[in-house]
Amino acid sequence: MKTPVQFRLNGEDVAAFAEAGANLLDVLRAAIGDLSVKGGCWQGTCGTCTVLIDGVPRLSCMTLAETINGRSVETAAGLRNGADLHPLQNAFMERFAAQCGYCTPGMLMAAKALLDRNPSPSREDVVDALGGNICRCTGYEPIIQAVLDAASGGARRA
Amino acid sequence: MLELRKEIFADERDDNLSEIGQPTQRQDMLGHVTGTSAFYDDHRFAGLLHLKVLRSPHAHARIRSIDDSAAARAPGVKRIIRAVDVPVNLNTLLSLIQFGKDDEPSLASDVVRYKGEPVLGMVATSERAALEALRLVRVAYDPLPAVFDVEEAIKPGAPSVNATYAKNTFEYYGKYDHQNLRFGDVEAGFAQADVVLEDRYQMSPIEHAPTETNGSIAVPDTNGRFIVHTSTQALFFSLDTAAKINAIPSNQLHFIGGTVGGGFGGKVDTMTEPLAVLAARLTGAPVRYRLSRHEEMQFGSPRGGERIYIKDGVMRDGRIVARHVRCYFDSGAYTRLSSYAAVKCAAHIPGPYTIPNVGAEVYCVFTNRTPATAMRGFGVTALDFALECQMDKLAHAIGMDPVEFRILNAYRDGDMKAHRREAKNCALVECAQVAAEKANWPIRDEFRRMSSRSGGGAARTGGADRTRAPAPQAAPAPAAQPQRVTYERPAAPQPASAPAPTPPPRSTQPAPPPPRPSAPATTPGSSHGARRFSSVFGTRRR
Amino acid sequence: MSINVKTFASLADAAGALSSERGARFLGGGTLLMRAVNRADPDVETIVRSTDPSFLHLAVSSGLANRDLAFLHPAARAVGGPAVREAATVGGNLFAPAPYGDFATALLALDASVTLAGGMGQREQPLEEFLGRRDSGASLVTTVTFRRPPGDAFRFLKVTRVHPKGMSVLSIAAQLPLASGRVAGARIAYGAMNRTPVRAKSAERALDGRTLDAAGIAPALAVATDGTAPVDDAIASAWWRNEILPVHLRRLLLGEAQA
Repeated sequence: MKTPVQFRLNGEDVAAFAEAGANLLDVLRAAIGDLSVKGGCWQGTCGTCTVLIDGVPRLSCMTLAETINGRSVETAAGLRNGADLHPLQNAFMERFAAQCGYCTPGMLMAAKALLDRNPSPSREDVVDALGGNICRCTGYEPIIQAVLDAASGGARRA
Repeated sequence: MLELRKEIFADERDDNLSEIGQPTQRQDMLGHVTGTSAFYDDHRFAGLLHLKVLRSPHAHARIRSIDDSAAARAPGVKRIIRAVDVPVNLNTLLSLIQFGKDDEPSLASDVVRYKGEPVLGMVATSERAALEALRLVRVAYDPLPAVFDVEEAIKPGAPSVNATYAKNTFEYYGKYDHQNLRFGDVEAGFAQADVVLEDRYQMSPIEHAPTETNGSIAVPDTNGRFIVHTSTQALFFSLDTAAKINAIPSNQLHFIGGTVGGGFGGKVDTMTEPLAVLAARLTGAPVRYRLSRHEEMQFGSPRGGERIYIKDGVMRDGRIVARHVRCYFDSGAYTRLSSYAAVKCAAHIPGPYTIPNVGAEVYCVFTNRTPATAMRGFGVTALDFALECQMDKLAHAIGMDPVEFRILNAYRDGDMKAHRREAKNCALVECAQVAAEKANWPIRDEFRRMSSRSGGGAARTGGADRTRAPAPQAAPAPAAQPQRVTYERPAAPQPASAPAPTPPPRSTQPAPPPPRPSAPATTPGSSHGARRFSSVFGTRRR
Repeated sequence: MSINVKTFASLADAAGALSSERGARFLGGGTLLMRAVNRADPDVETIVRSTDPSFLHLAVSSGLANRDLAFLHPAARAVGGPAVREAATVGGNLFAPAPYGDFATALLALDASVTLAGGMGQREQPLEEFLGRRDSGASLVTTVTFRRPPGDAFRFLKVTRVHPKGMSVLSIAAQLPLASGRVAGARIAYGAMNRTPVRAKSAERALDGRTLDAAGIAPALAVATDGTAPVDDAIASAWWRNEILPVHLRRLLLGEAQA
C-alpha cells in the first residue's frame, strides 16, 4: 500500500510514493535519489541519517515518511551554493574533519542546525549539538574545531 | 600541530621531502563534505532484490531439519538459497594464499557452530518481505555441548568445534598446534633472576562498529558477468573468494570498492559478497545483502579475545633476562584471519626489548563464539598491552623508573633478536626519550644520553652466559660509522635447497644480511599459477 | 504482511483505534516505534497516528521552553541527542522500556498524574499506578500533571557510559523539600533499576526528618537498593547497577553531582 508524499527538498518541490511504514531515509535515497543521506543503524542511535526538517535536526530513519508532507527538508546535498561550498564544508576540509566520510553528511546537518540557530556557539554548545552523531574515525576533535571555525568565520565561503 | 624531530638520525636521511611532513588534502575530502563520495550502497538499480539470512540461535547444534515451504509462498519472495545451492560451500579466507584448510561454510548444512551462523538465505522484493518470510522458516535443532573458553577448548574431551580442526587448534605446517619460539634457556634465566613475575592478561572481543555496516550489491552485467559494489577493505580477497565459492572464473566478476565507511579490519572477511553474487546468479536480478546494525554488532566478526600469560625474570640492575609468553587466540568457530594473528603475535614476542632467553607458545584456538578477524594491529596490539603492563610491574618490582627500565632493555642496532635476526634501524630509545621529555617525566642523564645506535650487538648479547651482560653503558660516544645493514633483494630466486640461515658472527662489524628464505617454484595445479612467497610463513606447505 | 498506517485527527479516535486494531502502536516521536518498524517487528502491524498538534517534545527549546519548566531541562537534556529530543515526546517517554524512560523517572519523582484517553474515555491516574500497569491495555496519555516543586528541591542525575548522550546505566530523580533544614516528604525515583521507573520508598522513608549531610543520609543509603530488580543488558549488568546505585544516590543527596 503506497502513500504519496510531497515536500520541499533543499528548496525544490519533490514527490514520491512511499510504502506504508517507510522511513524518510529510505524515501530520500531509494525513491527520490538523494544519496547524500546515509544510514548507519536504522535504530536512531548513530545520527548518521540526520537531516533538517523545518530547520530542526531530525533522524530520517526514525521519521515516518508520510509525516513529511508539506514540510521542508534539508540534506548535505543542498549545502553548497552552486560551485561554492558552505562555510561548514570548507571548515571540515581545512580541519581534516572526515576520514571515511560516512558520518560527515549527518555531522554537517547537525552542525548547520546549531549555527543557523546560534551563530556564536561555545565549545560546549558544539559538543552538545553533535552529541547525537557518532564518528568512528576522527575522534571528534577535528569536527568540533571545524564547526567552531565555521562559526567564527575562519572558513570563508569558497 | 605536527612536530618532526629531524635531528634524530639526521645523518641517515635525506630530508629533502616534498610530501612527508606537509599536510596534503585527502583526494576524497571534497566528496565526503558534499555527500558525493560513493559508498557501495550509493547506487540505485531497478528491480533491486534484498537478501537476508536466517541465523542460528544456538552456539552449537545439529540441524535436524529445515522446512521452508511456508516461506517460499510468502509475498515478495523470489528465491530461497539453501546450503545445497552453494557451489563450493567450504572455504577459508587465506586459502587464496594457500594458508590453512577450508573450514567455513557460507550456509551451515549439518551443524551450526556459533550463535548467528547463517543457515538459509531469503531473496525478496524488500527487506521487510525477506525478514517476514524468514520468520516462517522452521528449523529443528539438536543442541550440542558448546565451549566458550580457549583453555577449556584445548583440554582433552572438549567439544569439537570445527570439523576441519577436530582438536580445536589451527594446524601450522601440517602438524603443529601452535607457533613456537625458543631462544636461549628460559628456565636457566628464571633460575638466575633476582625477581620472577608472572601474570595473566585477558582481552575482550572488540567489535569494530563501523558507521557503515558490511554489505554488497551484486548486479548482472552483460556477457554473463557480474558487477559487485562492496564495502570491502580487501577487494581482491573478496573477488577471488566470491569466485571460488560460486565456482566461476574470477574474470566473470567486476568488483567495485573504493570508499569504505569505516573498516578497521571488520570488512576483510568477505561476509556478504559470495551469497550476493549467488543470489544474483539464481534470480537474474541485482541483489543487495546488507547487514543490519544488530547483525553488524552481534554477528560481524570482532577482534578475537586473547588470553596471554607472561612470566618474566628480571635482575635488580634492571635487565630482563628471561621472558616466557603463552598466548591463546580465540578464533571463534572458524579460522578467518586468526591463524595469521597468531603468527604475527609470535613474531612480535618478546616486544621491542633485547632479552637473552625467550620462549613462547601461541595457539589459535576454536570455540563456539563468533568467528574473530582482523582489527587494528591484531596479533600485536593486545600482546603489546600485556607486555607493557608487565614492563610497568617489573619496573615497580625492582624499584626502577618505568621509562628508564624500558630504555635500558630496549633493543639496540646489532642486538640479536629472539627470532635470530639482527635488530636494525632501532628507535625505541629515542622514542622513549622524546616521550619522557614531552610528558615532563624526568629521567636520569645517563638514560637521556643512551642511543639505539650504540651498545648493541655482542656487548649485550654475547658470551655463553646470557644472564651476565654488562651494566648500562654511560655516555657512549657516537659511532664513527653507523652500524647499518643494507637489506638487498636477491637478484634471482634462490635454489630450493638453500641452507638454513645462520646467525651472524658475534662481532661489531656490520653483519652480512641473513639470506632470504627461498621462493618455492610454481607448483602444478596451484589455483592461481603465480609464485607464492612469504617471509612470514616460510616454506610453502604445498 | 505490509504494515498499515491509520491517521486520525483527534486523539480520542486514535486511542479508540489502539484498542481495536491488531498489533497497533501509537506514533509519538517515533524514536522507539520506528526502530521496531525498521526491523519488521512482527508485533507492529498498525501504526496509529494523530494529527492533533499537541505533542510536547523533549527539546527544551520548544514545548518545554516555559520558564516554569526550567527545572526539568536537565532531565530532558539527558535524553538522546538533539535530533532525538526534537522528535521524542513526553508521552512517549512514559511508555519507554528500561533502560529508556529518563524523563518519566523525573516525572515520577514529581508525584505526577496522567490523563489517559482510551476505550473508556478520559480518566486520570497517578503516574506510579499507570507505570505499574502500562503493558496491559492500549491507552494514550494526553496530559501529565504535577505540582511545581519548591525552590531548588528537585534534583536529577543520569549515569551513562557515553557522553554527552548515552543510554542509562541508571538515573535518579529526587524531590527533597526542606522544612527547617530537614527533609519533609522526600520523593525519589529510579530509572533503569526496574522494568519501569519506580519510587524508592524505603529510601524516602529513611530520609524523612533527616539533614542532607553524610550522617543524615546514611540510613537512606543503607536501603538504597530496596525494591530494585535491574536487568543485565548491553549497557550494564544488574550487579553493576546495584553496586553503583548507592554511590550515585549519595552524590545526588549531598548535592555533589547533578545532570
